Amino acid sequence: MTEGFEVTVLLFGRHRELAGESALSVSLAEGATVRHIREALDEHPALTGLAGTAAIALNHRYEPDDSPVTRGDEIALIPPVAGG
Amino acid sequence: MTVERGAAGGVIVADVTEEPLNGADLLGLVGRESDGAVLLFEGRVRDHNHGRSVSCLHYEAYHGMADRVLRDIAGEALSRTGASAIGVRHRVGSLEPPTVSLVVAVAAPHRRPAYDASTYVIEELKKRLPLWKREEYADGTSRWLGGHSPSTPDAPAAVDE
Repeated sequence: MTEGFEVTVLLFGRHRELAGESALSVSLAEGATVRHIREALDEHPALTGLAGTAAIALNHRYEPDDSPVTRGDEIALIPPVAGG
Repeated sequence: MTVERGAAGGVIVADVTEEPLNGADLLGLVGRESDGAVLLFEGRVRDHNHGRSVSCLHYEAYHGMADRVLRDIAGEALSRTGASAIGVRHRVGSLEPPTVSLVVAVAAPHRRPAYDASTYVIEELKKRLPLWKREEYADGTSRWLGGHSPSTPDAPAAVDE
């Protein structure tokens, strides 16, 4: 039997305000990828339709949907950025 | 800020800070005697956007990642343009017009790499730096500004440009 694991996803800006939290917990199965984080977040009522278009960073780097996620990764959902 | 000791070339500083920014100080840290061009860019909070009166911009960053991304961008600017030194700092917090929100200081042997490096840093940080701003208006309302999605680098330019 495959054991899953929990990860914490950091939220910022508009996402943080909509969710009312600065981080959310997500359950993943072994072998999960960035795409699975995105799908799980998209089911959160406050983030529906937003997580699908946001970027995801693992350990401070933007990662494509097929990148694997492992226990202990620092994960962040990155809304469109607006520096300057 | 953390300044690399004895460094007159390379990435002198690249960070996101809550402290007030001083462009002249940063400019004084970059450049050697072989650098004939030094350039300072200051980004300031504007008092209007799309016809609305802006009372304050609230900046928020993903701190751990933002410092790393800024340093990457500054390093790329040096290697791509031939500029010899760069310092870049972005401020966060609630800033009223005309507070300085961004300073970029560049030194280079000649003017062209200095301009190119400064431009590269600003254009790239608008695409990649994990930092957001909420505009607060004179009428008491506010909104998060739309921007660039780092996962789609060819997305349309930020609406506030």
